[in-house]
Amino acid sequence: MAVVKAKRARAIPARVDLLLVADMVEAKSRVLDVGCGDGTLLRLLAEEKGVDARGIELSQRGVNDCVAKGLSVIQGDADTDLADYPDNAFDYVILSQTLQATRQPRTVLEHMLRIGRHAIVSFPNFGHWRIRLQVAFGGRMPMTPNLSCSWYDTPNIHFCTIQDFVALVREIDARIERGVALDRFGAPLAYGEPWIWNFFGEQGVFRLTHKR
Amino acid sequence: MQFAPASKAAGLREVDAPQSLVAHFGADTPLKMDAGVSLSPVTIAYQTYGELNADKSNAILVCHALTGDQHVANQHPITGKPGWWHTMVGPNRPIDTNRYFVIAPNVVGGCMGTTGPASLNPATGRPYGLDLPIVTIKDMVFAQAMLIDRLGIATLFCVAGGSMGGMQVLQWVASFPERVFAAMPIATAARHSSQNIAFHEVGRQAVMADPDWRQGRYLEEGVIPTKGLAVARMAAHITYLSDGVLQSKFGRKLQDRSAPTFSFDADFQIENYLRQQGTSFVDRFDANSYLYVTRACDYFDLAADYGGSLAFAFKGAKTRFCVVSFNSDWLYPTQASRAIVHALNAGGASVSFVDIETDRGHDAFLLDTPEFIATSRGFLDAAARARGIAPVKNRAI
Repeated sequence: MAVVKAKRARAIPARVDLLLVADMVEAKSRVLDVGCGDGTLLRLLAEEKGVDARGIELSQRGVNDCVAKGLSVIQGDADTDLADYPDNAFDYVILSQTLQATRQPRTVLEHMLRIGRHAIVSFPNFGHWRIRLQVAFGGRMPMTPNLSCSWYDTPNIHFCTIQDFVALVREIDARIERGVALDRFGAPLAYGEPWIWNFFGEQGVFRLTHKR
Repeated sequence: MQFAPASKAAGLREVDAPQSLVAHFGADTPLKMDAGVSLSPVTIAYQTYGELNADKSNAILVCHALTGDQHVANQHPITGKPGWWHTMVGPNRPIDTNRYFVIAPNVVGGCMGTTGPASLNPATGRPYGLDLPIVTIKDMVFAQAMLIDRLGIATLFCVAGGSMGGMQVLQWVASFPERVFAAMPIATAARHSSQNIAFHEVGRQAVMADPDWRQGRYLEEGVIPTKGLAVARMAAHITYLSDGVLQSKFGRKLQDRSAPTFSFDADFQIENYLRQQGTSFVDRFDANSYLYVTRACDYFDLAADYGGSLAFAFKGAKTRFCVVSFNSDWLYPTQASRAIVHALNAGGASVSFVDIETDRGHDAFLLDTPEFIATSRGFLDAAARARGIAPVKNRAI
């Protein structure tokens, strides 16, 4: 168990992010939330949408919070434990603000699409103008209010831009069903042009499925 | 009869006359055993705590470990110590006896009042000794099911237990999935590993190498293989603790002396500690029972009954699981619990899993381990809400 230790970069006020993800999930479906934290999203999905909600969470405290909410949550890690799940066990596999902290983002994504019919991924966009400016003119690794760790102690080891992510999706033969970029306050950006998202979006939320 | 009954030969008075409730099963309800024979009569000694509610939906079955017994939450009749799971079971404990009806039976093969090798064989008028058929985990569970039937309970709210008790929990869900609403297999495994069998074999050989074992007929001859049984306990006890906890508790500290004696005395505190564990154990446990219960664990391989796939053992089970392991437990390591979780997931079961961080080794499930207590409480409370079991009312004082 390594990587995702403790502090994950929760990028925006949680509710908006979660509501957006929840909006991408069909009612009464089977959902696996990878890195489910204290189970806020799972509980939301279970109560509002009647989904069969399961989770994986690394921290003992998070698991205990979830178990106390009556959720079925397994203590584990995206990098090592997804391999144990059978094919097509879920309708949706959710990975929220964790992709950049995994050791093998591509493998994790492939497992998600194998385990679930759909994968929902949200991640901080490293192509955001603020970050570009910091590297270009500050000459230092960027730090923002939402990504506040120094380069040497950040759990986020595999940052990508929205365009990088879109390229990876193409590479693993998946298809983007829905996508949205959020500004720093978690509000969806008005324009759907990819370059605009990549420049102005602080994070991306995508729902993927297999290419048929 | 000319021989001394077990109770006179040792501190085994509980064999014949347990200070517990007993259920007798006669020739009309034999226990059909894995060994291919039927056992009858069968006596099951058990304790209960709390009250069964009107719709009989609040019963929790607690399964004990290898050398545990039915005295879960009351003072032990032989040792005088608190019940072995008093941290978990009692008023306002996770298994809250104000809310749930707790049933704790002694296993078949045990020596605290349930039929075991020290019990009288009615066919011969002598203790069974090794004439008792080999007992398996499944036999223990089927006997418990007879007791649950007798108590008129269709579905158990929860079956909980650690170590060998956890094996019984797994067997319960595999054999009677519709009778178990929630399950807590703790610090356990779905099968005994080679290393597990190896340690048990050391213990059994220690017992059988004692000249006082007398081919298992020691009770009739008025002796007890105390030395062999004590050595078996000493070896086993090491496996219940972690290297870290031994080091921090005992290290290389000497026992009541400032220098080694250059002898085979118990110079080290750890030696003294193990000897005490060994000698106190023989006062409360029957040597043949030890052979039977260790064998039951060794034969346990739940997947083997289901075409080699553990997932099939739990296929379609609606039971909600809370699997718990302890990261310093090397007897039934985290990996063994993960294998259970993996199988449950593959079968689509509802499962939660926590690997509790502690340095206390396998024994952590018996101790007041806060994270473990918190997990159990959260799981049971949530399950009770789902089952519609009324919460405890605030009683006026």
